[in-house]
Amino acid sequence: MSVNLTKGQAISLEKNDGGTLTAVRMGLGWQAAKRRGLFGSRTREIDLDASAVLFAEKQPVDVVFFRHLVSDDGSVRHTGDNLVGGVGQGGDDEAILVDLQRVPVHIDQIVFTVNSFTGQTFQEVENAFCRLVDETNGQELARYTLAGGGEYTAQIMAKVHRAGSGWTMTALGTPANGRTFQDLMPAILPHL
Amino acid sequence: MTAELVRGQNHPLSQVRLEIRISAGVPVLAGATLGDENGTVHGAQWVAHPGAPALPGVEVARQAAVEHRLTVDLSAVPEAVHRVDVFLALPAGAGPSRFGAVPAPCTTVHGPDDTELARYTVTGLDTEAAVIALELYRRQGAWKIRAMGQGYADGLPALLADQGLREADALAVVRGATIPGPDPMASHDHDTHPAHGAGRRNPYDTRVPGDAPARGSTIDHTHPRRPRHLTPPPSSPPATGGAAASPATGGQPAPPVAGDAVGWSMEERLYNQVWGMFEDLARTTAAYRSAVDFADARLEKELDQALADPRARLGDGNAAVREAARTRREQLADRARAVLDRDLAQLIAESEVVEPALPPAYARWDNPVWRGYRVPAEPPMALRLGDLHLPESLPLRIPLLAVLPLEHGLWIDSGATAMPEGAFADSVALRRSAMEAAVALAARLLAVHPAGEFAVRVIDPAGAGARALRPLTGAGLLAAPPASGAAGVAEVLERLTRRVDLAQMAVRGGAAGALPDDVDAAQQLLVVNDFPHGFDDRAVTRLRYLADEGPAVGVHLLLVADRADTAGYGPLLDPLWRSLMRLTPVPDAYVADPWVGHAWTYEPALPPAGSRILEQVLGEVATARTKYK
Repeated sequence: MSVNLTKGQAISLEKNDGGTLTAVRMGLGWQAAKRRGLFGSRTREIDLDASAVLFAEKQPVDVVFFRHLVSDDGSVRHTGDNLVGGVGQGGDDEAILVDLQRVPVHIDQIVFTVNSFTGQTFQEVENAFCRLVDETNGQELARYTLAGGGEYTAQIMAKVHRAGSGWTMTALGTPANGRTFQDLMPAILPHL
Repeated sequence: MTAELVRGQNHPLSQVRLEIRISAGVPVLAGATLGDENGTVHGAQWVAHPGAPALPGVEVARQAAVEHRLTVDLSAVPEAVHRVDVFLALPAGAGPSRFGAVPAPCTTVHGPDDTELARYTVTGLDTEAAVIALELYRRQGAWKIRAMGQGYADGLPALLADQGLREADALAVVRGATIPGPDPMASHDHDTHPAHGAGRRNPYDTRVPGDAPARGSTIDHTHPRRPRHLTPPPSSPPATGGAAASPATGGQPAPPVAGDAVGWSMEERLYNQVWGMFEDLARTTAAYRSAVDFADARLEKELDQALADPRARLGDGNAAVREAARTRREQLADRARAVLDRDLAQLIAESEVVEPALPPAYARWDNPVWRGYRVPAEPPMALRLGDLHLPESLPLRIPLLAVLPLEHGLWIDSGATAMPEGAFADSVALRRSAMEAAVALAARLLAVHPAGEFAVRVIDPAGAGARALRPLTGAGLLAAPPASGAAGVAEVLERLTRRVDLAQMAVRGGAAGALPDDVDAAQQLLVVNDFPHGFDDRAVTRLRYLADEGPAVGVHLLLVADRADTAGYGPLLDPLWRSLMRLTPVPDAYVADPWVGHAWTYEPALPPAGSRILEQVLGEVATARTKYK
């Protein structure tokens, strides 16, 4: 059922029965990579942060991140900051809920980003993924794996944008560098 | 004590002889099925319906009616029966064919002595023509009740088939219940999509259409609370793009219900519902304002560009470009307005059911609940300080509820406010209305507390508030006559300071509430008119002590003051003003919500002009107080 997205791939968020999705969740999960050698069990904690930037015709209007957990209009909600990543396997460590029906009319794109707040590069992250879930029934719509992360500290994951009367998601997967979403703005703009 | 059930909730039954009362707005058929431990109903003889109204332990009415009384004797039902499902169905062919078109049926369960044990209003129904309202079931030898609210769009046949009844039996029951046989098309539809009736309404239902529903999985566990966030009813129109411009198309959201929020009691649920409405209104207005601001900014930019382009500056092209830019602005603003209007319509509908359901502490003075006022046995959890609205939201007003006991003192600002010129001829009139607002608040606090648990003291140094205070003095409800003059001020402050000090000592000593006999144990509200008149430095210091230390030990402040009058103190009193919650005697926009920070217009909660409700309520309080003493 779930689509494994590759970079640049787009999926429409229309349901099979023709109805449009009403609520989606962007989930992010990760684990710190085990260090080799002596004291290998001492993994260093990695704090990844998921953010969502709301754009109206390429201008940022609002942003949802760990310091502003709900967009002013209430349509985008962050479930809270997770500082250490997955203790268990699977599951979302941070999630951003988007109520597509309530997104203000002028917002036409929502870009999801991931930053390493603690500064480690994605080389030190294990099992990182980002997935899109239909919040109404828990079904995973798309999954994008961060594996093979390189020497960078941020990634522009995906964007959800209006297409006709519904919404489409495009996997972006562009590496970038930055501590929070503000640092990523120059890297985001070309994708709008 | 009545248990207010929500869908899916269960509740133990202390009685076995029950009367289940059903009240629906229109005539409905009521019946009951008796099932085994798996919930299966073995044949038509286990269904009580109008054609066969009496079964062992269960008796139902013989015809469709608006009000039903079903008698159930759980000690008399056969041993093999583990579940009794009470169902309602709309009679076919007459009247409405879907529960969404009629008022939500209300079911109450009464014991033999007429005490109400549980209550459940079957809400959130839409296309359903039959519904299982309640289930009585055996659990480890004891009977419990569960609020079901499981609806069936295909009516009684589908409901009975889902209970395990064979089709022929179901049809026999349906005929016996004097309902014409089911539409063959509907029946066919049901056969191919067993999950149809439930699946349409339940967004969490992950059953694949065509799968036979597993036994026991038919309980709709979706909580009926606040369906607007993230789990909107699937039937509501998508609010995206062009569709937003025509919000009337498609299905309609579930009708709002009072108490539709989380909480342990109805009071708490209403409190949470009001705050939910407050947040929703703040956010939907934020979305609207953001869209309109964006549209304006874009128009500005496009007009600038049109002017900057030398080719377009001449001739008709420029006018066309400007016209197109304006049209784009209007279109976006109209779409945003349509979304706002849709949300406002829903919030207004919610407000229309919530306001009449509010208890006195939350209700406006013109609410009929005040006319039937009785002194309560318990203090409320919150108090209505007034109403809030935004320019876009009128006529919708949200109650401003403050949790009791008050954490901060209140300050009614009798100084200059942002009022239109001439609204108040002079500051005397404004001061008087400030004192009237203070008296209305003090009266409300007195009325919502049990007799003798709340006392009001007044400092009115110059006697300027005597007229406004008449409702309180007339009913003899002040702990002492209003204190006047410097000596009176000092005496009251000294008395309250001592009370705070003693109460703190008692708390520290682990004996909270242990006060000497000469100290009033009731919560105290000190109303100070015309602060700082009549106050010397020592009195001001005492007042600040009361403002800081009082709320924790039940001593509260209500200041009526114009901040300009304290200019002589310089910045020394700024911390006092900051620690008080400012309210205005006239509507003014200064209250910020905690989510977006809009400036909301506050209106004080005042009795309607010419109304005697304040006197009537205070008279009731005075009578109760005499009895209490």
